[in-house]
Amino acid sequence: MRMAIRLSCKEASRLISEGMDRHLSFREKIVLWLHVRVCDACSRFTKQLVFLRRALNALPGPDEPEGR
Amino acid sequence: MQEALLAAIQGAERFAGQSSVRTWLVGILKHKIIDRIRKASRERSADPTASEAGAEEIDAFFGSDGHFSEPPGEWRSPEQALEERRFFEALERCLQALPKNSAKAFTLRELMGLETDEICKELGISASNCWVMLYRARLSLRACLERSWFSGDARRG
Repeated sequence: MRMAIRLSCKEASRLISEGMDRHLSFREKIVLWLHVRVCDACSRFTKQLVFLRRALNALPGPDEPEGR
Repeated sequence: MQEALLAAIQGAERFAGQSSVRTWLVGILKHKIIDRIRKASRERSADPTASEAGAEEIDAFFGSDGHFSEPPGEWRSPEQALEERRFFEALERCLQALPKNSAKAFTLRELMGLETDEICKELGISASNCWVMLYRARLSLRACLERSWFSGDARRG
């Protein structure tokens, strides 16, 4: 992905997602950080993707007893 | 079935530290997501194209200026959602709404903890297509959960 210093939310959100699947380059990390620190939408997006990962790992099997 | 077991066993190595492997395996094998993955494998198309990775669908989440068309909102009490059975039902409905390869890539990655290169091999796609597919799955799931759970009155309905 060609990348300017200033990312759009579309570019930033893609890097946020890819950062969960591969190592971002130094440059990618810097430009992403510059964007996320001033962008509420992408800051929330980051937290929500992390939450999504946790939620998937907490998916109960259907036969698990409820409560305990 | 063998494929699901194999995937589960590969994933199990990574999960071993977090919970008993047996509990995890039993949970995962019984889970209906596995059925979905099995079905998806049987029907697997030989050559998923870039469009299946979801490039156009991704565009729909953004305006032409690159801003979110619907910016992510503040989610209230996400921790509490993890305690609620109905939240997971909502999550499953959102997962089922994904295109099958996208759902498969996403569950292999997030549920079983496989690395992207393993998923690429399994789905027969390039790494960058795989990242796009996962990105697309996350965009959809995030928006779906926001709509069906985290937006005000949804959880009461």
